[in-house]
Amino acid sequence: MASGGCALIRFALRRLLQAVPILVGIVTLIFLLLHLAPGDAATAYFNPNVSPEIIDRMRENLGLDRPIHEQYFRWLRAFFTGDFGYSFGQHRPVSAVLADALPNTLVLSGVSLVLIFVVGCAVGAVQAVRQYSKLDNVLTFTSLFVYSMPGFWLGLMLILAFSSPALPDALRLPISGVTSIGYEFMGPLGKLLDRARHLVLPSVALGIASAAGVARYMRGSMLEVIGQDYIRTARAKGLPERQVILKHALRNALVPIVSLLGLYVPLLFGGSVVIEVVFSWPGMGRALYNAILGRDYPVVMAASFFFGVLVLAANLVVDLLYAAVDPRIRRA
Amino acid sequence: MSAPMTGSRRSVRREAWRRFMRHRQAVLGLLLTVLLALTALMAPLVAPHDPDEQTDIVATRYQPPSVEHPMGTDRFGRDVFSRVVYGARISLMIGFLAVAIAISIGTAVGAIAGFLGGWLDTTLMRGVDLLLSFPRLVLLITLVALFEPSIALITLVLGLTGWMGTSRIVRGQVLTVREMEYVTAARVLGFGQARILVRHILPNVLTPVIVAATLGIGNTILAEAALSFLGLGVQPPTASWGNMVASGRDTMLNAWWITTFPGLAIVLTVMSFNLVGDGLRDALDPRHVV
Repeated sequence: MASGGCALIRFALRRLLQAVPILVGIVTLIFLLLHLAPGDAATAYFNPNVSPEIIDRMRENLGLDRPIHEQYFRWLRAFFTGDFGYSFGQHRPVSAVLADALPNTLVLSGVSLVLIFVVGCAVGAVQAVRQYSKLDNVLTFTSLFVYSMPGFWLGLMLILAFSSPALPDALRLPISGVTSIGYEFMGPLGKLLDRARHLVLPSVALGIASAAGVARYMRGSMLEVIGQDYIRTARAKGLPERQVILKHALRNALVPIVSLLGLYVPLLFGGSVVIEVVFSWPGMGRALYNAILGRDYPVVMAASFFFGVLVLAANLVVDLLYAAVDPRIRRA
Repeated sequence: MSAPMTGSRRSVRREAWRRFMRHRQAVLGLLLTVLLALTALMAPLVAPHDPDEQTDIVATRYQPPSVEHPMGTDRFGRDVFSRVVYGARISLMIGFLAVAIAISIGTAVGAIAGFLGGWLDTTLMRGVDLLLSFPRLVLLITLVALFEPSIALITLVLGLTGWMGTSRIVRGQVLTVREMEYVTAARVLGFGQARILVRHILPNVLTPVIVAATLGIGNTILAEAALSFLGLGVQPPTASWGNMVASGRDTMLNAWWITTFPGLAIVLTVMSFNLVGDGLRDALDPRHVV
């Protein structure tokens, strides 16, 4: 066991080291993109009526007259020391903009991720156990339909449904923002409940398509496990069917599902841009979107960077989880 | 291809076709896809109105679905159904072209990496890892935001952000096929690298690429719709499903049809391609039986 833990730590360190060049790559790519675009930070600061001399001086101040490799290393250093510049849309440091937005995005994506895997695995497992039944067919078709839905449209349809006057007040859910008006005056439990209620619709809209994807995969994985000899052995031993399914089949079917996490996390963060816009959720996605509309490039670049880092971190966690579940990975 | 091969090749194809046609969902998907493609091609014949036609705005705007306007009218009094029909042109065209670009790049990169191996393989695949560490939509909106949005740009950018998965698939396939005996035979016969890659290896790795391309069209249409919904894709007045959903958003509670129907068109289209893709995968890969 001790050597197993040691191998796991070595594996974790190796993966962490492998992430470093990718991180440098992300920053480099963003730098290249910024320089590929027409115009630079100085022209974005000013309107075209400002005299060229002032823009030149501004360019000098920003270091934009320096050779490109010098700019690149300055940029690299700034990013790795957490200096993301100044947002000219919001008139405050980019780090402050992101510090406000990041927790909201993490909460929304976290809840969605749980939803994706719990709902996806449950639906897939039920389908596998009742293979070719009417329920299986209905669920297969439903998940295919849901899988093909654009998140923004589903979000709007949910808003439409939940603001219908026919709906009793008890079933109403908030359709925008993180908290209600008057949040400050609620008790601790009320605050928690209020936040939870605000999370329901956005997290469903964000996650349900991926949940359908997981369900499709889980059904296949579960069917494969159910066909294995050790399941027949468990049944032959006279174990109750419930125990065979829950203890033997489900556990083993879940192992390959872990690798799907790495597939869905980038989708989740990408989707959060659209969903945050639809539900006025003050997270990274909406910050990125507003920055793009306002040509607020420092925020655009820092937000893209953080999305890259988040995906990288998530992949690292997935690899570690996988190594923890399956000892063969560690040795590879 | 050499003559003796054709007989068995054809029967493999016929077998795959038979399996595909037995797959009820796949056939449904194929019918829907053909129907959609025909609708897009013959849009002027299918659409009852001109998609940009505005008559008396005050009298004709925000009309609920009726016989005259099966999907109602929007805030300019334009016929939503006709716009949905014309939107199919945009979505399908962007979908097909972007996937063609993505598949070409992905196949080339994957084939070169897998076939030549060595440092080139490592470099290319690390590059793929790098690009995959950005959420695609983030990469898309950042790229589009740096330039002026146009249909050509969106198609190109969708293609440029969609090839990484294909390159991984192709590389994996090439690695397997490269070691096969007929490739060794070709080498012994003294054929050049390029000829071996193009004539002997590539044709045998295309099956999963076809499946990935079909499923990729669905994903690309979804990505285009999201971009257009955010106002960074196809620009009004050109009708695209994404910008139609966005245009009805503010008046959704009073005129639900403007957002609802274009969205349904997206779901239907994406689902059709997914059905065909699933069917193709089951038909072309005998190991994969559902």
